[in-house]
Amino acid sequence: MSRHERPSSETAPRLDADGIDRRGFLECMTWAGTGILWSISGGVASGVGLGRALAAEPQKALTFLQISDSHVGFDKAANPDALGTLREAVARIRTLKEKPAFMIHTGDISHLSKDKEFDDADQIIKEAGIPVFYVPGEHDLLDDGQGKAYLDRYGKGAKGAGWYSYDHGGVHFIALVNVVNLKAGGLGNLGTEQLEWLENDVAGLPSSTPLVVFAHIPLWTVYPEWGWGTADGLEALSYLKRFGSVTVLNGHIHQVMQKVEGNVSFHTARSTAFPQPAPGTAPSPGPLKLPAGELKKNLGIATVNFVRGSEPLAIIDTPLEG
Amino acid sequence: MKQSPLPLPPQVAVLAICLAFGALATPAAAEDVTVSIDNFTFTPAEVTVTPGTTVTWVNNDDIPHTVVDKKQAFRSKALDTEGKFSFTFTTAGDYSYFCSLHPHMVGKVIVKAGG
Ligand SMILES: [Cu+2]
Repeated sequence: MSRHERPSSETAPRLDADGIDRRGFLECMTWAGTGILWSISGGVASGVGLGRALAAEPQKALTFLQISDSHVGFDKAANPDALGTLREAVARIRTLKEKPAFMIHTGDISHLSKDKEFDDADQIIKEAGIPVFYVPGEHDLLDDGQGKAYLDRYGKGAKGAGWYSYDHGGVHFIALVNVVNLKAGGLGNLGTEQLEWLENDVAGLPSSTPLVVFAHIPLWTVYPEWGWGTADGLEALSYLKRFGSVTVLNGHIHQVMQKVEGNVSFHTARSTAFPQPAPGTAPSPGPLKLPAGELKKNLGIATVNFVRGSEPLAIIDTPLEG
Repeated sequence: MKQSPLPLPPQVAVLAICLAFGALATPAAAEDVTVSIDNFTFTPAEVTVTPGTTVTWVNNDDIPHTVVDKKQAFRSKALDTEGKFSFTFTTAGDYSYFCSLHPHMVGKVIVKAGG
């Protein structure tokens, strides 16, 4: 299934002779149901489907991977074995010819924030053999301490509810938390303390620095009727306006969505646990129960055909099965 | 074995059972209110009860939800499928609540003296 919109190739920017788009416009995306491999070169990020990456595409300056919404502990009809599908995702990561520099996990590691769920997730994810950078999803803050268990485990060195930033290969990565202190009737929420931190965090950076921002709930408004957006997301993005290349990576909605606005590219990743319906296509955003045998088709790998030269990239969704 | 005689004529026994059920059912109907959670919706979304009423929320979804009062009067843990949370309302007033996991889910309990 392919419910993401691709930016039309007509609007694709022209590349400089060296193939690097100086405007930092992100064009291509490709998605793997089990993970997304990201390459960044010259400030341009492009997603590489695991299927393609497995075919040993020569790697760029920096490659990293995104997984999301592993919901370890989920055992309902939509996927009775969320741990098993996470294991499959990690097994695929292990077969990559070029090891990604690290992995980001965009939240909902666990289903109910139980120690055993976090333990099981950690056990499997560490088999990928690469560092992991986490942000929490709302399912990771359900312990009695309302997030203490998450912070004890994943929040070393982080600020507030678990936000932080780091640099890798000339790219500045910003990990945000938009799942605490949610307001009745509202969306995801960053809060003033985190917004102030963000403003300061990027204040000293040259505008040419490529930014990758990741958080659990989409920072852009996908579908407010289901709470799929972040109330103060626009304020966060206003601090990033001067940067030539901003990539925003989210999870939460268990399906691929993307949008490009100026220099900002927004993307959401699939879950490794279960799919959710496209906005408004079901009475609720609850887990999508697919007919037997359809789950892994839905989690299937998407690939991108790189057409050599400056031509636009072609996106091909390739299911794991079928 | 010797058959012991019925202590009461059958019709009296039936009546006694009816009374027993009535005694249990009457206060239950007056006091307890259930709000079910289906498809990310509190149903009914608004209930009006008298002080002393216990409201019980039951999650029928296959995703956890919570029941959290906006003004912190009550806050459930995450309710997994078939999970329940009860709160007894002793003070009159309007209680607007929501699910802290899915804050677009909102509901209201109005507590006022019966009349
Ligand atoms: Cu909920």
